[in-house]
Amino acid sequence: MGMTMIEKLLARKAALPLVQAGDTVVVDVDMCVLIDLQFATTWVQPLKIADPDRVTVVMDHAVPAPSLKDATGGTHARAFVKAFGIERFYDVGRHGICHEVIAENGLARPGEVLACTDSHTCAAGAYNTAARGLGPVEMYAILCTGSTWFQVAPTVRYELTGRLPEHVSGKDVFLHIAATWGDATNQNLEYGGPGLASVPMNDRRTIATQGAEVSADFSTFGVDDVLRSFLAERGVTGFEAADADDDATYLDVRAVDLDDLEPYVARPGTVSKNGVPVSQIERRRLDQAFIGSCANGQLEDLRIAAEILDGRQVAPGVRLLVTPASQQVYREAMRAGYLQSLADAGAVVTNSTCGACFGYHMGVLGPGEVCLTSSTRNFTGRMGSTEAEIFMASPATVAASAVAGYITDPRSLT
Amino acid sequence: MSPAVEPITGRAWVFGDSLNTDAMYPAHAMKLDLAEAAKHVFYQVRPGWTDLVQPGDIVVAGKNFGVGSSRPVANLFQHLGVAALIAEEFNSLFLRNAINAGLPALTVPGATTFFSDGDTATLDVTTGRYANESTGVEERTAPLPDLVLDIIGNGGVLPMLARAGYLPEAVAGLLLNGAVTISATSAA
Ligand code: SF4
Repeated sequence: MGMTMIEKLLARKAALPLVQAGDTVVVDVDMCVLIDLQFATTWVQPLKIADPDRVTVVMDHAVPAPSLKDATGGTHARAFVKAFGIERFYDVGRHGICHEVIAENGLARPGEVLACTDSHTCAAGAYNTAARGLGPVEMYAILCTGSTWFQVAPTVRYELTGRLPEHVSGKDVFLHIAATWGDATNQNLEYGGPGLASVPMNDRRTIATQGAEVSADFSTFGVDDVLRSFLAERGVTGFEAADADDDATYLDVRAVDLDDLEPYVARPGTVSKNGVPVSQIERRRLDQAFIGSCANGQLEDLRIAAEILDGRQVAPGVRLLVTPASQQVYREAMRAGYLQSLADAGAVVTNSTCGACFGYHMGVLGPGEVCLTSSTRNFTGRMGSTEAEIFMASPATVAASAVAGYITDPRSLT
Repeated sequence: MSPAVEPITGRAWVFGDSLNTDAMYPAHAMKLDLAEAAKHVFYQVRPGWTDLVQPGDIVVAGKNFGVGSSRPVANLFQHLGVAALIAEEFNSLFLRNAINAGLPALTVPGATTFFSDGDTATLDVTTGRYANESTGVEERTAPLPDLVLDIIGNGGVLPMLARAGYLPEAVAGLLLNGAVTISATSAA
């Protein structure tokens, strides 16, 4: 009897011959990633931990500290890494949004299990990793014991064919999927098919990241040449890929023809059954446009935005915020001239942090405002006022819309 | 083995589908202590609810309950005295947060029609039995797996970790309800 990618991976880690939907498995966690918020709420330094080599600490959600509470969290984090000799510590200056830091440093490895305090940890499924966001208490338990449990959900497979058209990106693939099929609560998502070769790693990570938005458990991509060279560049070797069996059992197999895709926009509140091709969206005037987050603050996202904004100006009345996903992305984007183009166009380029994405410490929306974001989540109130409206689209669509002043098709500008 | 998880009976508060974590624990509330943050639960979907909910009450929700962040919403429910959660469907991260906090949570198909606001609800996560005492109807669903019952029976993972010597016993209970934030050095 065959297994899906995630079943194969969990079976191997649980040392079981077969794992299927409905099973409960106990697995060792290969990498335990703690974020700053973990240390800012109710933190007690543990007396002992499982393995300091399998722990990473990332300062990301609220850096540099915008409040006393967050500053205290930073103090806790620094004392913790010192006490236990944690080498993978990404403090302010080497920081970045955890999912970008995980990717840049090759912390997510094919066939392994990664846990992190942030709900978008499914991002690392792009690297064939069983990656989950877990609550602070559970992360604390994993830190101490090195293991956790999962109830295995049934898997839906997306079979991609064709090629990604120009100006259409991973965000559009995901928004199309979310608009078409809606929620995937208590389901795993698996991506494959001949079209995958045309989807670059940054887009795969966007798609994997957003699995959380349709309430899915794990999102998993297979290992192909595109991923292999990505990993080789980051020094990731000696892994064992988790491939799906030909006779794996799926809850559903769904075809996505990339050739047919156009840029998509999700309307405010949710991405689930709430999106349309940009050609069908009503003309909405924007107050704020945001390019950033773990999903779409990657170097490639900034390149796309910079190319659209180069030599153009952000429309009067629109605030365009751009947040590189990490300090490394920031530096590379600066070197490549992207930040210069963005700033010249009138964008505010911010420090790398979660900030505006979760409406915590910058870029907060006021009542009645309309925002178009390339970040992960468009829940009511997510970025500030519950009376603000948050539309979601790709970095290309956000950049083009910031120039137009209303939601517009990036293909109309190029 | 863990202490048994006893059946729970309480007043039901019935909510709809897709209640997300921002609707229960908005970002601006994350800057507050637990008592203040707890006042924001359902602040937009049912303003004033946190003044009405009583210790021992049960929250009943529809599909996709708790989609969103890893923020520890279960701690806010516990702070408000909510004794258990019932939903037609839980987001798995949200469900795990409840279990790990020691808050019983049961998936009950059709829960939002089986229970009405103000009914007296009973649930037994050990057997899967649930009942509406107000209408006199009872049903059965899948009980929670043993591994999960063990965590809930122990009052959540923190007391278990304290017992196993991973953190100071004295603070495990206090930590659970957010009554204390111990500085890193003093706890070491
Ligand atoms: S950028 Fe947004 S979605 Fe990503 S980790 Fe930060 S808060 Fe979460």
